[in-house]
Amino acid sequence: MKAVKIENLSVYYGQTKALENVSMEVEEGEFLGIMGPNGGGKSTLLKAVLGLIPTTTGRILVYNKDIKENRSIIGYVPQFATMDKRFPISVFEVVLTGCIRKKISLFHKYSSKDRELAYEQLNRVGIAKLANRQISELSGGEFQKLLIARALAVQPKLLLLDEPTASVDAKSRDQIYELLGELNKEMTIILVTHDMMAISSNVRSLACLNGDLTYHGELELNENIVNKLYGCPVDLIAHGVPHRVLKQHRR
Amino acid sequence: MNVIFEYQFLQNALLASILASVVCGIIGVIVVEKKLVMMSGGIAHTAYGGVGMGYLCGFEPIIGAFLFSIAAALGIGFIKRKGSLQSDVTIGLFWSLGMALGIIFIALMPGYPPDMNSYLFGNILSVTKADLLLMIILSVLVVLIVMILFNYWKAYLFDEEFAMIIGIKTTFLEYLLLILIAMTIVVLIRVAGIIMVLALLTAPAAIAGMLSSKLKNRMIIAVISGTVLCIIGLWISYVLNIASGASIVVLMVLCYFLAYGVRLIYNKFKQKRVTVKST
Repeated sequence: MKAVKIENLSVYYGQTKALENVSMEVEEGEFLGIMGPNGGGKSTLLKAVLGLIPTTTGRILVYNKDIKENRSIIGYVPQFATMDKRFPISVFEVVLTGCIRKKISLFHKYSSKDRELAYEQLNRVGIAKLANRQISELSGGEFQKLLIARALAVQPKLLLLDEPTASVDAKSRDQIYELLGELNKEMTIILVTHDMMAISSNVRSLACLNGDLTYHGELELNENIVNKLYGCPVDLIAHGVPHRVLKQHRR
Repeated sequence: MNVIFEYQFLQNALLASILASVVCGIIGVIVVEKKLVMMSGGIAHTAYGGVGMGYLCGFEPIIGAFLFSIAAALGIGFIKRKGSLQSDVTIGLFWSLGMALGIIFIALMPGYPPDMNSYLFGNILSVTKADLLLMIILSVLVVLIVMILFNYWKAYLFDEEFAMIIGIKTTFLEYLLLILIAMTIVVLIRVAGIIMVLALLTAPAAIAGMLSSKLKNRMIIAVISGTVLCIIGLWISYVLNIASGASIVVLMVLCYFLAYGVRLIYNKFKQKRVTVKST
């Protein structure tokens, strides 16, 4: 079963190319890491899969259905840095929003089942004790876990994460990857990240994106793949793990 | 106090203040959280064109303001959603266009031009029964719509993208919100005037933002503080015989700065206590 099938996908923002002719398939139960330079189209690909942006050409199927029909099985974890942390809402309320079903009901109230589900997800990501806190009181790592809990409240079959460990401390990063490893036993995961270290030690397959798809296959982070992705030689750090390129790269 | 029971215009003014406070307390919190203050300003100023058209065509100017506000809200929302123009550019254009149209419509009127000050700067003491009826209808609608969709509003305001992914009709909510803002502005025009409505929309909400960290509580506090400040402002304007809208706005802004100052001192004091405790 294909969790995601992308065929000849191109996305243009006006005249600017974001993605060109990308085709790929993600098997059910896969843990796919997507890496690439800034502006390489990683987040655009996620947003296209979520149906948040119009595509120029191509089509995307999620579990063999058009995204518009099957959006309810996707959990999405955005970058926490893009969120308004001063918004007056508690941790528990944020997770509850994941329990809202799309059919608008007047004077909607969350059921006790919704509340149980929300609490269960907070427990799962390890921040249940923070349930009554306001989001403004959370650290970066806690906030990211909260967003994962909210995505899990949707009860997804496919989990998409956009740089979940950007700007979080090392301890939280390890906890998040450990959690994702556990979640992958139940759902397909697609993870966008800059973090090559995380890619090399957590995901099971890899897609490299720099406007077009430069590599998609087994997890194999060698110099050739990374050099091709960034369009220039990539420095390796001392312990042998390829590190993010700092030189100017080609698009 | 007895004068309120003696004069109909004061009773109208009092009722108008309460209605304005209720809607601006509820919608103001949303406007502040969603960062739509300037957009609200654009919608309010576009209403001036409607006031002018009302005078020119011989219908109630407040109806004209209502129609122009709704048109501006939908127009700004549509262009923003299409992303073809920066939203602050769109707001600026609607803002100026509305004012310009108002001036042109008034200039086209035969004879002496009407006094536009009560629409520009507000005059709560001149609120008519027709104004009041429109204000009541709009206020009830605004409060009801916010209440019946409260959980959806909360999800939408916190994270529009996620709300869209889980299937909430965010386009519908966005346009509905803009219409609610337009309706609120019409309610507020007679109280504070087109030029000063922003203070009524933002000051009680900002004061409430300092006192509570829950969305619902913020709305309740904004309604209460708005009502109290409106009534005090009205009383000051009556006693000192000065413009009601201006005295309400000055009072609200002063209260905001006072609350801000008190909070600043409180936070410093709290920080000091924490530092002393930890050492």
